[in-house]
Amino acid sequence: MKKSELTDPFGDSRLKKGYGQIHDQNDPVMMILRHNDVRKSAHDYKHFSSETIPGRIVVPSEVNIRTTRQIPFELDPPLHGAYRTLIEPWFKRPLEPEYQNKLIAQIATNIEAILQEGTVEVIADFALPLQSRALTLLLNTPHTEAEKWISWGTHVFRSEGEALDGNKATMLYDYIDTEIDRAIEHPSDDMYSFLLDANFEGRKLNREEVKGVMVLTFAGGRDTVINAVTNTIAYLAEHPETLERFREEPEIIGKAVEEFIRYFSPLTQMGRIVTEDTKVCAHAAKADSRISLCWASANRDDQVFENPNDIVIDRKMNPHVGFGFSHHNCLGATHARQILKLLLKVLADKVGSMEILDYSENIEEWGEFKRKVGYNHIKVKCNRR
Amino acid sequence: MAKITFITQENERIILDADSGSVMELAVANNVDGIDGDCGGVCSCGTCHVHVYPEDMPKIGRAGKFEKDTLEFDDNANEYSRLSCQIPISEALDGIEFKVAN
Repeated sequence: MKKSELTDPFGDSRLKKGYGQIHDQNDPVMMILRHNDVRKSAHDYKHFSSETIPGRIVVPSEVNIRTTRQIPFELDPPLHGAYRTLIEPWFKRPLEPEYQNKLIAQIATNIEAILQEGTVEVIADFALPLQSRALTLLLNTPHTEAEKWISWGTHVFRSEGEALDGNKATMLYDYIDTEIDRAIEHPSDDMYSFLLDANFEGRKLNREEVKGVMVLTFAGGRDTVINAVTNTIAYLAEHPETLERFREEPEIIGKAVEEFIRYFSPLTQMGRIVTEDTKVCAHAAKADSRISLCWASANRDDQVFENPNDIVIDRKMNPHVGFGFSHHNCLGATHARQILKLLLKVLADKVGSMEILDYSENIEEWGEFKRKVGYNHIKVKCNRR
Repeated sequence: MAKITFITQENERIILDADSGSVMELAVANNVDGIDGDCGGVCSCGTCHVHVYPEDMPKIGRAGKFEKDTLEFDDNANEYSRLSCQIPISEALDGIEFKVAN
């Protein structure tokens, strides 16, 4: 088996039952595994709600470590849509050429650094700094902030190798509170000031709402982006012919990004709360119980994807749910897609080959399912083109 | 070369000339409001939804299986719906009008 491979642990259960059961802090979750069921349930917010106690739709549940509602993520339509309409233009800024120029310059600097170093640990030396520096563009904050975020590690709610960490969450909240205070006192053109100044249904957003959007932005695009970048590097290290193909056919890079997102599925699942007794794939789902939409399983469903366990770098039909689906599709997807697109471009331009030297896999355990989502560490030797 | 017209939700008419690529790519390159094409044309995101006039359906054809499955979740979908990423530009489209669905 290749070192960069991510196997599909859900295949048997997806085929035989369509769901799996997992325990999580005395609030069990029924994981929905089939592509069609996942998309249907994601779309059906009336039966499967996101609007519950803050933190409960996340798996593992974050109810014990936060009370701030992440906005618009933990709301249902129509309120969800009202917030989303307000903030979506900010999250579409990665489509602007000026943003992309800055992002490609950041990525090129990071790649130049690892080429000079020769051998690097990809997460600490590359993916985490890249994600943090790119986040300064999304927030439009000074690039020096990135150094602080880098020191936080890969996950904003967890210590390395540990379950949820309340202290770490508090650190993030304190940081965001301080930044909101700063923006109130000294408005600028950053995301905090944009939110504080935004008109929502005839009023300004309040502090808790601003905080809710900021927490979502920090938490949602942290380990997901880091895993996507790291897995991409690992794959390309074992498939130098793909780098060559990007050089010869740069037009396939957009499709390659979608295929990496499908295959890597950086976010395994997201939960919903059942609003009334119903059924999911012929199985009873009780009111106030939890289900999860298992994006990682849906993305390997052979009823939809031909050769689902292979990376087909120019896959033409790819209705993946790697960025979620329906109302709650990933708000940061435009930013994430640009990071990956520009990363592939710069790698193809500068890197000749890479070699995985040493690694330890990051395996998530969900009841009977053990899913590789990335690496705890991975050392790679990079050679200039 | 085909002349293609987009009619946005605000009833703005945008007339464009094109000879290659997809209808989505043409719309995105020219900032047609309501066509985002987030996934770049792999039938994943559903953000390039257009309505085709009934008389033009024979030229365009109906949505394929994957496309239909994605459109199923769009409240504005009807029998004349297509994802514009799945419509290649050709001479046959000359003079056609698309109504942007969202």
